[in-house]
Amino acid sequence: MTEILSAAVIVGILTSAIRLATPYLFASIGEAFAQTSGVLNLGVDGIMLMGAFSAFYVTLHTGNVWLGALAAMLVGLLMGLLMSLISVTFKAEQGISGIGLYMFGLGLSSLLFKVLVGTVYTISGFPVIKIPFLSQIPYIGQIFFQHSLPVYAAFLLVPLAWWLLDKTTWGLKIKSVGQNPAAADSLGVNVDRVRYFSVCLGAVLAGLAGASLSTALVNLFQENLTAGLGFIAVALVYFGGWRPLGILAGALLFSVVNAFQLWLQVLGVNIQSDVAVMLPYLLTIAVLAFSMNRVRQPAALNKPFERGEN
Amino acid sequence: MTTAGQLTHLPRIRRIEMREIVKRFPGVLANSKVNFDVNAGEVHALLGENGAGKSTLMRQLYGLYRPDEGQILIDGKAVEFHSPADAIRAGIGMIHQHFMLVPTLTVAQNVALGLKSSREPLLDLDRVSARISELSQAYGLKVDPSAYVWQLSVGEQQRVEIIKSLYRGASIIILDEPTAVLTPQEVNDLFATLKRMVGEGHGLVFISHKLHEVMEISDRVTVLRDGQTIGVRLTKEVTRDELVKMMVGREVKPLSPQPAKVGAVRLEIKDLRAMGDRGTEMLRGVNLQVHAGEIVGVAGVSGNGQRELAECLTGLRKATYGQILINGEDMTHAPLLKRMAAGQAYIPEERMRDGAIREFSVQENLFLRDHSAPQYRRGVFMDFSRMAARTRQLVDEFNVKTPRLDTPLKNLSGGNIQKLILARELSRKPVVLIAAQPTRGVDIGATEYIHKRLLEQRAAGTAILLISEDLDEIRTLSDRIAVMYEGQIIGVVERDQATVEQIGLMMAGVSKEDALQRRSDLAHLSYP
Repeated sequence: MTEILSAAVIVGILTSAIRLATPYLFASIGEAFAQTSGVLNLGVDGIMLMGAFSAFYVTLHTGNVWLGALAAMLVGLLMGLLMSLISVTFKAEQGISGIGLYMFGLGLSSLLFKVLVGTVYTISGFPVIKIPFLSQIPYIGQIFFQHSLPVYAAFLLVPLAWWLLDKTTWGLKIKSVGQNPAAADSLGVNVDRVRYFSVCLGAVLAGLAGASLSTALVNLFQENLTAGLGFIAVALVYFGGWRPLGILAGALLFSVVNAFQLWLQVLGVNIQSDVAVMLPYLLTIAVLAFSMNRVRQPAALNKPFERGEN
Repeated sequence: MTTAGQLTHLPRIRRIEMREIVKRFPGVLANSKVNFDVNAGEVHALLGENGAGKSTLMRQLYGLYRPDEGQILIDGKAVEFHSPADAIRAGIGMIHQHFMLVPTLTVAQNVALGLKSSREPLLDLDRVSARISELSQAYGLKVDPSAYVWQLSVGEQQRVEIIKSLYRGASIIILDEPTAVLTPQEVNDLFATLKRMVGEGHGLVFISHKLHEVMEISDRVTVLRDGQTIGVRLTKEVTRDELVKMMVGREVKPLSPQPAKVGAVRLEIKDLRAMGDRGTEMLRGVNLQVHAGEIVGVAGVSGNGQRELAECLTGLRKATYGQILINGEDMTHAPLLKRMAAGQAYIPEERMRDGAIREFSVQENLFLRDHSAPQYRRGVFMDFSRMAARTRQLVDEFNVKTPRLDTPLKNLSGGNIQKLILARELSRKPVVLIAAQPTRGVDIGATEYIHKRLLEQRAAGTAILLISEDLDEIRTLSDRIAVMYEGQIIGVVERDQATVEQIGLMMAGVSKEDALQRRSDLAHLSYP
C-alpha cells in the first residue's frame, strides 16, 4: 500500500483526474443549461456517442482533429434540435424522449462504426500543450498545466457558464423559463425559443464531450465508448445543484475516484477490476441519495409549457 | 428598446374598446359578442361568476388568446395582438390572479426579465433597481428591489407585479381578482395605490366577483354572465342587489343562520405541531375545540398553517406533537379508516387533487370511500345496481347537474363537482366535518347551496371546522372565528363581537387583545 501514497502516484492520480474530468464537465455544464431551462435531456450519452464517433471518423479521414471537433458539434446540434422538436414543440414526455435519443445514438454510432470503420484504430488527437512557465512548477505544473486543449477548454467553460447564467439577460431568461414559464411568457419571453437554445447548446457541448473522449483522452472509438458516462453527467447536474461551481466539484470528485480505481489496476493492487470499475457508479448512487437538493431544482423541470393553462 | 430612461416617453392610451368579441373553446362559447371599454383615469369593474368569461375576455386584451371574432381598438385604431409582448408594447399591463413571478429570482431580476438591457448582453440590475425605487416612491408601492420574491408576503408580491407593469410603461392595467389573496388591510393599501394610479391617468380594469369591493373602488361596472354582456352601469347609480341579480340571473337572499344549539365537545385539538412540505414547522401548537352543532371558522392569510391543519386532522399529514381527539378518543396517529369509522368527513381544499378523480365517473367518485361497504357488495363483487340506485338518489338530493351517472367528472362544473363531494361526505352523517375552502372557485348559486347544506348539517348536530380564506364566508357561517397566524391560533372571537378590522389585524399577527386595543385607539383618533 505504501506505493499508492508516494508523491509520484498521487501526482499521477490527480493528473489523470483533471484529464478525466473533461467529458464530465462538457456534458454536465451542457445538461445544466437544458435543465435550467426546464428540459431534462436524458439523451446526453447518446449525443456523446455520436459526437465521439463523428470526431473520430472525421479525424481519421482528414487527419485534422479540429474538423473532427467541428463535426461533433454539428452532430450534437442536430441531435439537440431533434430533442427540442420532440420535447418542446411536440411536448412529449421528456424522460422518455431522452431515453429514445440515447438508444438512437447508441445504436447509430455502433452501426456506423461497424459499417464505416470495422476495427479499432488509434488516431492522433489533440496534442498536449504545456503552458509556458506554469507547467514547470513542480507537481502543480504536471497536474494542471500539461494537458490538451479540450481539457483546458472544459475548465474554462465553468466560469463562462456561470457568467452566462448569472450576469446576462439570456441567463435570466433561461432561469425564468425553467422556474415559471408562464411568468416569462407573460412578459413576452419566447419560452420555446429559449428552450430550443438551451437544449441545443447543451447538445453541442455533449457532442464536444464525446469528441474529447475520442480525440483527446483515449484517441480511439469503439462501440459504447462512453459506457454510461453521459448518465453520470446528468446526475452531476443534480449533485451540483444546477450551479456550474457545484458541477465542477462533482466532476472532480468523480474523476478523482475514477483515476484512483484506474491507478489501483495499473499498480496491480489485488482487487477485482469489475469492483474497481463499479466504484464511480456506486458513488453516484450514494451521493445522489444523500445530497439531493430540491430547493434549487428548476420548478418547471420536465414540464412542457402550454400557454394559458392556469 | 425599452430601457428605464425612455419609459416616460411612451404614448398614453386614452381609451381601449373591445367590440363584439367572440371566443370559442372546444365545446364552450366563452365570449359571445362581448363589448367592453375602459378610459384613462377610471376604474372599470368587470363583474361576473366564475366561468362567466371575464378572464377569457381580458386574456384576449393582453394577447394571451386571440379573439375568433371582433375587434380591439386603442384610441380608435384597430390592433391585433399575437402575444403578450405586443400588448405590453401597446401599453397594456396585466396583474394575474396567480402571480407571474419567479420566486427564486430577486425583485429586480423579475422586473428586468424580458426587457432589453442598456448593457446588452449584460444585465443592468443597478439601473433597474434605481428605477424601481423611483416608481415605488411615486405610487406608494414599498418594495426592496434586491429581495428574493420567495421572501415576500403575498401583498408585497402583488406590489412587484404592479411595478412590473408600470416599469413597462403600461397605461391600462388589468387586475384579475387582485384582492383574492389579501388581508383586509392589504386590500386597503391596494385600493389606495389604485386610486393614485387612476389619478396619474392610468385606466384600470378590475376583475372581481366580490360586490362590496366593486362598489368601493370602481367608477363603472360591466356584468358578464355565461359569456355575454348583461349590462354596463355607473357604480354610483346601481345597488348591490341589482348587481347580484345581473350576475346570477335571479334574486339571492342573504343567509341568516339560526342561533347554534351547542352540544358536547366533538373535536379537540391539543398543542398540535407538524412540519410543512418544505421541512419547516408549519403548525406550532394549535389548540382548538369544536362542539356538536357549531361551526368554528378558521380565518387567516393562506400559508399560515391552515392546509397543514386540515391534513393533520384527516390523517394525510403526520403530527409531530400534540393530540387530536374525536369524541374524546385519541385519533392523532389513527389510520384514515379508523377516523372515518369515528364519523369524520372531509371536504378538501384541492378538490381535484384530494377530493375526486377527474377521469372517473360521477358514480365511481361517489363510491371512492364506500366501495367495499357490505351493503354495496355481493361476495367479492361490487353491487353495481345498488350503487347506481344510491347514486341516482344522492345526485337528486344534492342537486348535482350531470347528464348521466357515468359522465366523467371532468365534464362537470366546479360547483357541481363540489356538490358531489358534499353528497359523498354529508350522506355519511358525519360527527365531525372538516370543510376546507368549500366554495373556492364555485359560482354564487352553488355557494348559496353549499352554505345552506353546511348550516343544515350544523343543525343536525355535526361539529364543523370551516377553514376558509374568504372572510365573508367565515363571518356568515361561523359561530366562533379562530384566526390562524404562523401556525398558531392567535385568538378566537365570537361571530357577533368580531369586526372585519379586528379579524384583519389578527390575520396580520396582532393578538386579540392588541387588536381590540388598537381599534379603540383608532376610534379615539377619528372622534377626538
